[in-house]
Amino acid sequence: MLNDIYISASCVIEDNIVYKNGQSLFEKKEIDLSEFLIACYNHFEMNYPKFYKMDGLSKFGVLAADVLLKDDFTIESYKAKDIGIVLSNANASLDTDIKYFETVKDIASPALFVYTLPNIVIGEISIKHRLKGENAFFIAEKFDVDFIKEYVSNLFYNNVLQACICGWVEVLGNKYKTVLYLIEKNKNIKSLDFTTENINKIYENNNG
Amino acid sequence: MDKLINDLKVQIIAQLNLQIKPEEIGDDQPLFADGLGLDSIDALELIVLLQQYYKIKLSNAEDGPKVFKSVKTMADYITAHQPKV
Amino acid sequence: MKSAVFVVGVGAISAIGNNVTECLTALENEAAGIGDIHHLQTVHRNKLPVAEVKLTNEELALKAGLSSTISRTALLSMVAAKEALDDAAIENISSLRTGFISANSVGGMDKSEDFFAEFLADNTKGKLRNVINHECGAVTELVADKLGIKNYITTISTACSSSANAIFLAVRLIKQNMLDVVVAGGTDALTKFTLNGFNTLMILDQQLCKPFDENRKGLNLGEGAGYVVLVSEKVAASLKKDVYCALSGYANANDAYHQTASSPDGTGSFLAMTGALEKSGLQPSDIDYINLHGTGTQNNDIAEGTAIKRLFADHYPKMSSTKSFTGHTLGACGGLEAVFSALAIKHSIIYPNLRLETPMVDLPFVPERKLLKNVPVKNVMSNSFGFGGNCSSLIFSKL
Repeated sequence: MLNDIYISASCVIEDNIVYKNGQSLFEKKEIDLSEFLIACYNHFEMNYPKFYKMDGLSKFGVLAADVLLKDDFTIESYKAKDIGIVLSNANASLDTDIKYFETVKDIASPALFVYTLPNIVIGEISIKHRLKGENAFFIAEKFDVDFIKEYVSNLFYNNVLQACICGWVEVLGNKYKTVLYLIEKNKNIKSLDFTTENINKIYENNNG
Repeated sequence: MDKLINDLKVQIIAQLNLQIKPEEIGDDQPLFADGLGLDSIDALELIVLLQQYYKIKLSNAEDGPKVFKSVKTMADYITAHQPKV
Repeated sequence: MKSAVFVVGVGAISAIGNNVTECLTALENEAAGIGDIHHLQTVHRNKLPVAEVKLTNEELALKAGLSSTISRTALLSMVAAKEALDDAAIENISSLRTGFISANSVGGMDKSEDFFAEFLADNTKGKLRNVINHECGAVTELVADKLGIKNYITTISTACSSSANAIFLAVRLIKQNMLDVVVAGGTDALTKFTLNGFNTLMILDQQLCKPFDENRKGLNLGEGAGYVVLVSEKVAASLKKDVYCALSGYANANDAYHQTASSPDGTGSFLAMTGALEKSGLQPSDIDYINLHGTGTQNNDIAEGTAIKRLFADHYPKMSSTKSFTGHTLGACGGLEAVFSALAIKHSIIYPNLRLETPMVDLPFVPERKLLKNVPVKNVMSNSFGFGGNCSSLIFSKL
């Protein structure tokens, strides 16, 4: 019973490298954050013009979710309301808040204001992949592995969700780290047990 | 008018973060729905554009669809409403 | 049936009152708190109506027992959270596992935006001390410290559904036997940041808002804080006072349509309300009153109305938007409206939806326009729908 949910896949984006399930898929050093995001967009052939309008947090979230779900997820086998998202970070939407606030001096930008909430990234992922299940965004100083494990496990045990994207999406200035996990009930050869040890290992990403 | 239309295309692309060239926007091409596929937030950004570059304040959001139908209608509106310097 | 969770204390501060009694009196007297801007230093003074709490930061600080240099968001939070805890009067609380789950959307923004203005002009100026508590989480920690709550503290930030989500996380933690008592809800203060932002999205009404009116023009921003104290069955049984009600249903869903607009058919709202009913085991016809999200925007009201039409077909409960009194308090609204829901059950009243002149032509029901007293109020549904498509619905039930 305790082990009947699994990490089907993971995606880590840090130090200008995109990892899937611990393997580096794409790397582009020596360029800044915004250029790196566009380079990823092109490399992974995302073909989603709305990407360009998103703020940093949403770009990282949508990019990571795309990589996470590609090839490993048969979305058709689920109802939209059974797939949820639980994310967390320390700085909420501060990166965009600052950019937005600079425009308030002159004329406030609606396109930036729309991103001045940390959970908009959940909205963007939900829109792109048509996910309608329960979703939450928690603010915490550090990635609270125990909390996320308990919280997400609880959602499965109570049949609130049948699949879940969870993790940490953080960006502030030039610093960022994104770690997403795909949690499901069915086990496949790549699956890892959903334990704090495995969650931590992926988060620490010592392959990098 | 031609200069205004060309300037507008460049400004729209910059303001809305579009990944196309000015030549790719037709003068009469519908900006919303099937045309260029802009959404409600883009409409608000166009209102900001009018204010920032042309000092015109569109206070009634309901006028938006008419004014922003195409680059040409925007140019016509600006020509008719731009405050005299 | 799994163990129940009960509301045993309430605390609130808003434009219509500095405590629960004042808020309730205003609701009963149909006295809204929306008007000119007095405290916020903004270019929109005398232009945009807002629902400000009628106390200065100094006055709030005195009530809260905190310094007046602390963010208004935290001061409001402290005042309401303390009232809720005092109301619950749990004598042996220090021996119980207690949590504080608070939500907000602006954090310490009120202080940061003042700092930022000075700093942008000259980067040797501006008091750094003002930005130390900018983060949403810092506001929660400050208040938890002052309240003496240590076992569990967290912050949820999901826009307008934030404090409803805080409440339902609390219910889960108590049901899972991880906590015995939780103070849950939310807070938000008015800031130039949000005022300018909502203005640029053109969804503010330049007059007093008219939720669910055919000619509604938008919302009025408000500020405030609202908290409920939730406890397990065991703790409730040990208390001398009667409980207010049980939290019998809750659900959350994503509309997956647009960053800030709701889908025209209100899919997210429908899923959240349906989920809450399923959780509670109730039928739509069991709901006596819906406290609507009802912001007064063209978009929300038709989306929410359409979802209600679908779900409650032919058994439309009484409903109203108390945002017609308090304005839209953003991160605080779920908490504040939870307090109003509990009070509706306790006092058998249904609040009016103010300034509704012309019912919406596309909806087959009309919110209550007058206060109703001595009416059976057994089950209340409270809706909170946020940007990012985050939709939550809570159900409160009389025992």
